[in-house]
Amino acid sequence: MKKYIALFRIRFINSLQYRAAALGGLATQFAWGSMEIFAFSAFYRANPDAFPMEFSHTVSYIWMQQAFLTLFMMWYWENSIAEAITEGSIAYEMVRPIDLYTRWFCQAGANRLARCTLRCLPILIVASLLPKPYRLILPPDMGQFLLFLVSTFLALGVVVAFSMLMYISLFYMLSSMGIRQITSAISDFLAGAIVPLPFFPEPVRAVVELLPFAAMQNMPLRIYSGNISGMDAVRGIVFQVLWLTALVFIGRLLMNHALKRVIVQGG
Amino acid sequence: MKLFVKFLAMQIKSQMQYKLSFFLTLLGQLFTSFTVLLGVYFMFVRFNRVEDYTFEQALLCSAVMLMAFSLAETFARGFDLFPRMISNGEFDRVLVRPRNEVFQILALKMDITRIGRLVQAILVFCYATPQSGVIWTWDKILTLCLMVICGSLIFCGLFLIYAGFTFFTIEGLEFMNILTDGGREFGRYPFSIYGRKILMFLTFVVPLALFQYYPLLYLLDREKNVFYMFLPIVGLLFLLPSYAFFRTGLKRYKSIGS
Repeated sequence: MKKYIALFRIRFINSLQYRAAALGGLATQFAWGSMEIFAFSAFYRANPDAFPMEFSHTVSYIWMQQAFLTLFMMWYWENSIAEAITEGSIAYEMVRPIDLYTRWFCQAGANRLARCTLRCLPILIVASLLPKPYRLILPPDMGQFLLFLVSTFLALGVVVAFSMLMYISLFYMLSSMGIRQITSAISDFLAGAIVPLPFFPEPVRAVVELLPFAAMQNMPLRIYSGNISGMDAVRGIVFQVLWLTALVFIGRLLMNHALKRVIVQGG
Repeated sequence: MKLFVKFLAMQIKSQMQYKLSFFLTLLGQLFTSFTVLLGVYFMFVRFNRVEDYTFEQALLCSAVMLMAFSLAETFARGFDLFPRMISNGEFDRVLVRPRNEVFQILALKMDITRIGRLVQAILVFCYATPQSGVIWTWDKILTLCLMVICGSLIFCGLFLIYAGFTFFTIEGLEFMNILTDGGREFGRYPFSIYGRKILMFLTFVVPLALFQYYPLLYLLDREKNVFYMFLPIVGLLFLLPSYAFFRTGLKRYKSIGS
C-alpha cells in the first residue's frame, strides 16, 4: 500500500508544477461556465415550467462542473500510459514488482486530482461571490455535503476505471486517436457533461441513468446542487459502488488477458 | 496559388497514407460535434423554442458556425500548431524561404481530417435549410454563403491572433480557446440569447455575431434592411488588426534556438 501512496504523491507534486498553465485555464473555464449559464437562463425564460431542475440547482451544477472539470472529463488523457503501451516501455513496467493495474489507476487518479486542486478553489470562490441568480450556493446541510464528497471520489474512481478500459484497448489496436475521440464524446455526453441528465427526454433518461456513465459526474454534481438528496443520494452512491467494482473487475480481467499475450518488439 | 494547390495535394496524399487512422479520426470529430447537436435537440424537445427561435432555426446557426469553423480549422490549422512550430525551430526554416510567412504556415499544415465537422455541417444544412421556414431566394442564398465564407475568415483572424501571442509567450494560450472553440460551441444558439452585453462584445470587439446573429435576422425576414445581409463583410475588418498584431509579433521574434 505504501508504494502506491508514494506513487500518488510523486504524480501529485509533479503536476503542481505547471501553475501558469492552470491560471490561463481558469479564465477560460470561468468564461465558459458563464456562457453555459446564460444559455440555460434563456431557456428558463422561454418556459420556466418545462425546466426540470430548479434554476439555482442548474447554476450550482454548472459551476461545480467547471471547478471539477479535470476530475471528470473523459477526454483528459494520460499520455505516459498510452505511450508505455504503444512504444514498448511497458517492458520496464512489467519487471517492476508492482501490480500494473493498480499503479496506472493511482497515476491517472492522482494526475486528475492534482490538476483539479489547483483549478477548483479560485473558481469556487469567485462563483460564490457572484450576484444572486448566478451565484454558487452551498448544499442545504452538512450531511448532503458529506454525501457529495463520497460521491465525488467514487465518480473519480469510475471515470478512471473506465478510461483504464480505453488504455487497455491500446494493447489490441495501436492507433488511439479515433477510438479515444469517439468514446470520450459518447461517455461525456451520457454523463451529463453537455446537458445535465434531468434535461434528457424521459424515455432516454430512464435508460441512461442505469449506465455506468451516470455514475460519473452526474451523481456528485446533482447531489451537491440538491437535485438528488436524502435516501436517493445514498441509493445513488450504492449505484456508483456497484459500477466501480464492475469496471475494475472487467479492467483487471482484460489487462491480465492482454499482458499474457503482449509482445514487445526489440529495442 | 499554383503552389498552394500543390501543397494541398501533397498534404492530402500524405494524410491518406494512413487510411484507417484517417477515417477513425474523421469519425471521432463527427461524434464530438454530433453529441453537442444532440444536446441542442434534447433542449428543444423540452422547451420547443428559445427567444422565438425554433430548433431548425437554431440548427441553421449551428451549421453556419460548424462550417465556418471547420473550414478555418482545415486551412489555418498551422496557427493552432504554431507554438510547436516555434519551439521546435520549424518556424526558423519558414523565415528563410522567399515566400510570405502566413502563406507558408497555411500551406504547410493543412489538416484534412478536420473535414469531419465539415461533413456534418453539410448534413445539418441539408436538414435545416428546408425546415427553417426560410424562403430561399437568391439574396438569401447569397447571405448564407457570405455568412460561411466571412465566418471562416474571421475565425482565421482569431487563429492569427493566437499565433501572434505565441511570439510573446512561446507557450500557447488557453484563454484564446473561449473565442475559437467557445465561439463554435456557443454559436449553436443565436448569440442574442446570451444577453445584451455579450452580444455587444461579439459585435464590436470580436465580430462573431456579425456573421451569425444579424444575417440570421435577415434570413428569417425579421430585418428587411439589406445592410444586415452585408454585415459579414463588415466583419472582415477584424482581419486588419489581427494581421497587424501578427506582424508586430513577427518583428520582435527571436528564435529560441534549438
